[in-house]
Amino acid sequence: MALDRWIALIFVALCFVYGYAAFFTMDQLLPPILQRNPIWPSTFPKILAICGVIVGLVVLFGSKPPKVDAAAKARGLDPLEADEAPDDAVIDLKRLGDYNVWQAVALLVAMVVYALMLRPLGFLLATVAFLVAGGALLGERKFHIMILVAVIATGVIWYLVQEVLGIFLSPLPRFM
Amino acid sequence: MLEGILIGLSAAVTPFNLMMVVFGCVIGTLIGMLPGLGPMSIIAIMIPVAIGLGDPTAALILLSGVYYGAIFGGSTSSILLNAPGVAGTVATSFDGYPMARKGQAGKALTIAAIASFAGGTIGAILLMIFAPALSSVALLFHSAEYFALMVVGLSAIAAFAGTGQVGKALMMTILGLMMGTVGEGALSNMPRFTFGVMELQSGFSFITLAMAMFALPEAMFLVMNPARSTQGADGGKITNLRITRQEARTIAPVIGRQSLQGFFIGVLPGAGATIASFLGYAVERNIAKGDEQKEFGKGSIKGLAAPEAANNAACTGSFVPLLTLGIPGSGTTAILLGALIALNVTPGPRLMTDQPEVFWAVIISMYIGNLVLLILNLPLIPYIAKILTVPRTYLIPFILFFTMMGSYIGQNNSTELLILVGFGVVATILRFADYPLAPLLIGFILGTMLEDNFARAMQLYRGFSFIIERPMTLGLLVLAALLVILPSYRRLRANKRAQGVADGD
Repeated sequence: MALDRWIALIFVALCFVYGYAAFFTMDQLLPPILQRNPIWPSTFPKILAICGVIVGLVVLFGSKPPKVDAAAKARGLDPLEADEAPDDAVIDLKRLGDYNVWQAVALLVAMVVYALMLRPLGFLLATVAFLVAGGALLGERKFHIMILVAVIATGVIWYLVQEVLGIFLSPLPRFM
Repeated sequence: MLEGILIGLSAAVTPFNLMMVVFGCVIGTLIGMLPGLGPMSIIAIMIPVAIGLGDPTAALILLSGVYYGAIFGGSTSSILLNAPGVAGTVATSFDGYPMARKGQAGKALTIAAIASFAGGTIGAILLMIFAPALSSVALLFHSAEYFALMVVGLSAIAAFAGTGQVGKALMMTILGLMMGTVGEGALSNMPRFTFGVMELQSGFSFITLAMAMFALPEAMFLVMNPARSTQGADGGKITNLRITRQEARTIAPVIGRQSLQGFFIGVLPGAGATIASFLGYAVERNIAKGDEQKEFGKGSIKGLAAPEAANNAACTGSFVPLLTLGIPGSGTTAILLGALIALNVTPGPRLMTDQPEVFWAVIISMYIGNLVLLILNLPLIPYIAKILTVPRTYLIPFILFFTMMGSYIGQNNSTELLILVGFGVVATILRFADYPLAPLLIGFILGTMLEDNFARAMQLYRGFSFIIERPMTLGLLVLAALLVILPSYRRLRANKRAQGVADGD
């Protein structure tokens, strides 16, 4: 089964959970006065859940059109059928192994670490560390330049956010 | 209208706002040029800055400057690198890149700049004419019609998503609507679908969602596929920006036609710059005569001017539904709508009467923005193009950092960053499977408004009877259903025909 059908399956399951919450858990909490209202907080979600299940099933079991390169088609006569984002065709799932998936995953992990360390380490330290680590993950080896750029950029951004936008970012580690 | 223009001039032509136009255009061009970063990501990244300004006029001026700049920057990378940063400029690369290969990069950039300028300016004039007329009609609308209109908008976005994508786009729209119901609803203070999680009480933050849907997957794609950020363009050497009088005469009618056509395509919800540019290219190719037609795809100046004029006019056109109905027709305008709501401006038919200075200032700033882009970019293009040589080891960490900053400073809460990463991963997987993400965001932003209007209509008519009692509502809903069903029906027939042919073989 192709990835898009798996996603459709997950979506249908999600709609069932959502629909269950809307149909069976929400109305009991409703105060009596609101129950005389023609519309309840659960009305719209109920409609959505039903539509979602229908559309999800259509995508899940629907027939698949032959894959045509959207850009190539657009050069021809049928531009209305051009894909919303033809450049997506550049990534081909079958060649997933050829891509730097691990770099991407490592960067995502770095982002999570950044999120967790932002408060304890303070904005300045955490950001410099993230920028340098991100560069290193992508293969940058000239650390003296990388660190210099990261420090300057962090300083400038901190100043702009703090002074110009007036949003407080705790700059220093928690213990200082 | 004259009065409005004067209001707009006085609001837009302040030193600060002019600075915002210039700043927005420059930032937009710089970032838009980077392959893989489209206007949606750039605007999403700029939103915290715009909201930080506090003044809705300045914010909207800044963001629309960024929008134009991004589209313009996207054409630059299409021409120089054959690496369109934006789907809307893919058609530009068909003829722009061959021209650059022939050593006419300078000329190609000039034509692109002039065509963009003309497209944007003609679009702004049309916007000025049509928007007031449309909003006076829209004032007659009732909440029932609004509800129906939004349904039409959402289904049109799905319908224009392309062959085989209608179901997927619809699915994403519904997912977006569902995500919009998380948190405390407008109907009652009852928190819905929070599953007891405190952070979800106020719902998902739209900035976080916008970043996660666009900026993050694009950055991930850049990481995974280095070919997308191909460097090694012959850099700096862009000379001879001049075009001849003869060439100007050749492209003038093309620009005129495509600006008009592009604008009206841009007005349709869901169509937008991408379809406008492809359609513009195809139309011009079909009506070109003999030798000129053969030139298309090999460096025809007409083939370059057509999509450029069309996509800029379409960008302007997409402001029509946003400003008059408050219904965004594209991902970009959806993000703009979110920013406006955050600034306490409700776009819609009342915008022209309640806050005319916002409305007119945006239109005036479109002229100024186009002018700034032309003046600023023509002489500076050779230097600006240098940004294409920034190594990705620097570029990508910074993009990721700005993405996180954007969602962090909105909420000052690091849980937001975890939500960002989580949704970013989901969005990347969805893009792998060819699911369009703009409908999700549009659904998310429209969700609250849709439910509000639906609830009001239900309360007024004590039930669903408003659908039948108001003919216009019924008509719009039928239209919405047709928009979704017709493409699927056509596809079904096409599939059958294709199978028949295969059997015959």
